[in-house]
Amino acid sequence: MTHKTAPAHPIIEVEDARISFGAVRALDGVSLAIMPGECVGLVGHNGAGKSTIVNVINGGLTPDTGRVASNGGALERYGINVARAHGVRCVFQELSLCPNLTVAENVRIMHRNLGGAGWRGRARRIIGESLDRIFPDHGIDGDETVGTLSIAERQMVEIAMAFSDAGTPPRLVILDEPTSSLDASLARQMLTHVRRFVEAGGAVIFISHILHEILATADRIIVMKDGRIVAERPAGGFDANSLFEAMGSVAKGAAARRQNRDLAAAPIVLRQTGSGLPFTAREGEIVGLAGLSGHGQTEMLLKLHALRSGNWRPRRDPAVAFVAGDRRLNGIFELWSILKNLSVASLGDLTRHGLVDEKAEEARAESWKARIEIRTQSMANPVLSLSGGNQQKVLFARALSTRAPVVLMDDPMRGVDVGTKQEVYRIIRSEAEAGRTFVWYSTEMEEVCLCDRVYVFREGAIVAELDGDEVSEKNILAASFQGAAA
Amino acid sequence: MNLRLPSETVRLLIPALSLTALLAAVFWLQPRAMSYIGLNLLFNLAVPIALATIAQMLIMAVNNLDLSMGAFVSFVACVAATFLHDTPLLGWLILLAAIAAYAALGVIIHLRDLPSIVVTLGMSFVWTGLAVLLLPAPGGQAPEWARWLMTAKPPLVPMAIVASILIALVGHLIVMRSSFGVLVRGVGGNERSVERAGWSVLAARAGAYGLAGAFAVAAGIALVGLTTSADANIALRYTLLSIAGVILGGGEFVGGRVSPIGAVIGALTLTLAGSFLSFLRISPDWQIGAQGAILVIVLALRLLLNRLENRERRR
Amino acid sequence: MKAVHLLAAKPWIWSWLAAAVVWTATVAVTGGAGAFGLTQAALTFAAFSVIVGTGQMFVITLGPGNIDLSVPATMTLAGTVALKLMNVDNGMIAPGLVVALAIGIAVGVGNYGLIKLLRIPPIIATLAMSFIVQSAAIWTNRGLRIKPPSLLAEFTTSSTFAIPNMAIVALLVAVIAWVLLEKSLYGRWILAIGQSMAAARMAGIPVDGTRFATYVLCAVLAALCGYLLACFSGGAALNMGAEYLLMSIAVVVIGGTSVAGGDSNVPGIWGASLFLFLVVSMLNTYGLGAGFRLIMTGLIIIGVIVVASGRRARQP
Repeated sequence: MTHKTAPAHPIIEVEDARISFGAVRALDGVSLAIMPGECVGLVGHNGAGKSTIVNVINGGLTPDTGRVASNGGALERYGINVARAHGVRCVFQELSLCPNLTVAENVRIMHRNLGGAGWRGRARRIIGESLDRIFPDHGIDGDETVGTLSIAERQMVEIAMAFSDAGTPPRLVILDEPTSSLDASLARQMLTHVRRFVEAGGAVIFISHILHEILATADRIIVMKDGRIVAERPAGGFDANSLFEAMGSVAKGAAARRQNRDLAAAPIVLRQTGSGLPFTAREGEIVGLAGLSGHGQTEMLLKLHALRSGNWRPRRDPAVAFVAGDRRLNGIFELWSILKNLSVASLGDLTRHGLVDEKAEEARAESWKARIEIRTQSMANPVLSLSGGNQQKVLFARALSTRAPVVLMDDPMRGVDVGTKQEVYRIIRSEAEAGRTFVWYSTEMEEVCLCDRVYVFREGAIVAELDGDEVSEKNILAASFQGAAA
Repeated sequence: MNLRLPSETVRLLIPALSLTALLAAVFWLQPRAMSYIGLNLLFNLAVPIALATIAQMLIMAVNNLDLSMGAFVSFVACVAATFLHDTPLLGWLILLAAIAAYAALGVIIHLRDLPSIVVTLGMSFVWTGLAVLLLPAPGGQAPEWARWLMTAKPPLVPMAIVASILIALVGHLIVMRSSFGVLVRGVGGNERSVERAGWSVLAARAGAYGLAGAFAVAAGIALVGLTTSADANIALRYTLLSIAGVILGGGEFVGGRVSPIGAVIGALTLTLAGSFLSFLRISPDWQIGAQGAILVIVLALRLLLNRLENRERRR
Repeated sequence: MKAVHLLAAKPWIWSWLAAAVVWTATVAVTGGAGAFGLTQAALTFAAFSVIVGTGQMFVITLGPGNIDLSVPATMTLAGTVALKLMNVDNGMIAPGLVVALAIGIAVGVGNYGLIKLLRIPPIIATLAMSFIVQSAAIWTNRGLRIKPPSLLAEFTTSSTFAIPNMAIVALLVAVIAWVLLEKSLYGRWILAIGQSMAAARMAGIPVDGTRFATYVLCAVLAALCGYLLACFSGGAALNMGAEYLLMSIAVVVIGGTSVAGGDSNVPGIWGASLFLFLVVSMLNTYGLGAGFRLIMTGLIIIGVIVVASGRRARQP
């Protein structure tokens, strides 16, 4: 603990917070306190609970149980506005500015009490001063429209906005992957400012996949896994290797590891080049896409799909089928029955003279219902009457019932219960034995370890290819996080 | 990289250039148009259209669309030619109520998350119905002051030009410079982050609708001032014209990207397109078609410019 | 309870119920006299709304933002050009129809071409298109009112087995539309696209091709309607399509089709078209004018959309 300030009350204190989303336990009893004058590094792999705890601290989420306190006093009805009043600011990975407004106008939106004549000048001055302080020579004018700025410049504005003072001074700034779109020198400027801010008595929570940044900047590092804090030490007590060890689990994936198959002789069915290593997939192979979420895996799948499906005319023989991960966004047709949801991708085979053969459609749906055990009384029930896991099974059946030789999977097991997962793994294995190719993006280590070969993504590019026995949690973590041996 | 025009200016470039080109062509074809009276004739009818375009623009700024604009302006014209002329106090009360109705629409659309196109479609029947009740046959009389205002002859610059500049200026001040305008456009740009900053999106939307109603009321009164009498279908074309005007002026359907100055320029361009054809001795049959063609050309130009700009930025 | 459930599942029933109520209310005033005439007139005039409304329905099914504003202009142009070509000659009826439909195809291709090439929302693409098409119609019309060929005029205004021929044509259109929507692969595709364009794309549906076909279909139906309406009313008028812009959208909404897309029905179009015509005649019988009719129509549309929005939460 710091001894610089005399009454060391934490700025924000979370006690035993628990949150569940359906079957998924996002936070499983997390307690942490952020003191003035410290920078806390927060690391963990996908699904560790980093964003959830951040959302609790900034008031966006209320924990199911547990409490939030500030300055030694518990806060009832903690929410976004209360958090802001306590000086909690957040820089998200996603852009939270209005792209159609100028920088100064965005300041006006963010700081509600800036109004009155001449607000434009005040807003310009506030953001200008903050930018000057953090990024000297930034070259951003307050009257520029955010939409015309580069991604890096937008990120700079967001960061400067969070550190700016327009009435309520910032006391705790949460930075979620703030350097992801900044180049090295800008990142250094930002980190220097973080240190300055902390030295002046502020606090920062810092999340990054670039470990040396965390090791160099944070006073204290918290490692999360499966919704729990698994390690917490002063930064000096960690190095890159010990961080990997703390993030990983004890050989959990190894047990599920399938035996290596020799597929070198099988023909290549997919080939794609982009930034980073080239991508290939062989017949009957299960290829994993790993890495931290949001580092280009989904884009890769979408690209593979778009290049191999007809947008104007249907293909006679479908080349790829897709299993969505974000069911609501690009998976389920919410108004339809289970039956129609299942058959939609393979209707071409069930059509005569342009009309759907409903008998054949029903027969096929029934056979799939039995095969993957969709738990429903009737396939004519609305698809939304199913549990999430069963909806996901319908999406699997949709893809598997096509004649497509390649199945692309976009992290489809998010939020699915263990039993369903095991059933689906079994189906995937048997389909792969039969010669189907699977390209499987997963955020769960256990699933990635089921793959024959794994590509690891970082910052939009493939940075590592792991084959056979190389597929291990340790290797994947090492490739996902940059700067292990910098 | 070092010479970066503000994007607002770039956005205005195409509309301004197309208006200038069209105006130059008209002057070249008909040098006599280059006079006080000529200009006034060319742009006279643009004033109510410009006001309606600003109104439509406010609705589009919050990512909605108003299909009842023409019907509403017609209704206002009918009120202006009857009540506002005979019993001014009652007339103003009716118009105030109409503005309140617009704000209420914004509230309903926001609260129940209704598609604005359908709600305003329904309202267009209502406004037309009310207008038919007021004036079953063309008639009525414009209030003296409206007539005077629209036919005034200020020195040097004709009224139509003065009014257009004034409308653009007022629109610019409210929408681009004031806090309220920033809030409205912010709702169009990123509703969630506006909400996250603690603002009431409901109030912003209601305000945008109410203000749109006020501009549309002004459009109706201006129209009656020009035509001296009204009928229930007098401004039905305004729905489509106002949408086209906003788009021509650099506005977009979603994302809160609008420009009041551009909208006025768009309205002027659309008005001028008709005169241009008649000077070319092309039959006036093609007037509407020319408006459509201009719309297509400008949109194509904009696409081109956007592509260039994107390529520039990627470099 | 079961009946309520059935009603909720079949939103088009409401428009039929409403039409029946209004019919009864009108006939009750006249004491039963004119019931036959009223029904005939309703069937005839509803037929035109059904034909354009069906096309609009397919477009609206494609999801939020999809709408065809060029419908009235297409009607006018198709009617004008066809009448001009036929020039009161009974032998030219078929070529006239072919040309009218070809105009529909051309407008549809143009509409989607603009949407795709200029990457603009359908509403502004079809708006720009309608300006151009309307001008072309004005230009071809030139104030001349050419009568339709006598056979065609006879056909459109008479009845077979006491059912107006126009109603039979519209019924045919509706049946074909129903098969397309409910039974065909194409119908599945547009319903899927309307629910989620992203999901449709990922399910391997050719999204662009389907949307293209839909805009063409809508324009063709508008052209067919224009052709028939021009013959029915004894000549093409420049404003003949005007009221059908709002009407085509109104019958779709009142018919219970979801404006959020992906959930449409054909019977509702018939119910809504009959209802809207019957409201006019009812108010006429009660001595109320066009003003009240319009206000009623508007309030009904808003009422329907408010009620329908409660039925299911919309995605923003």
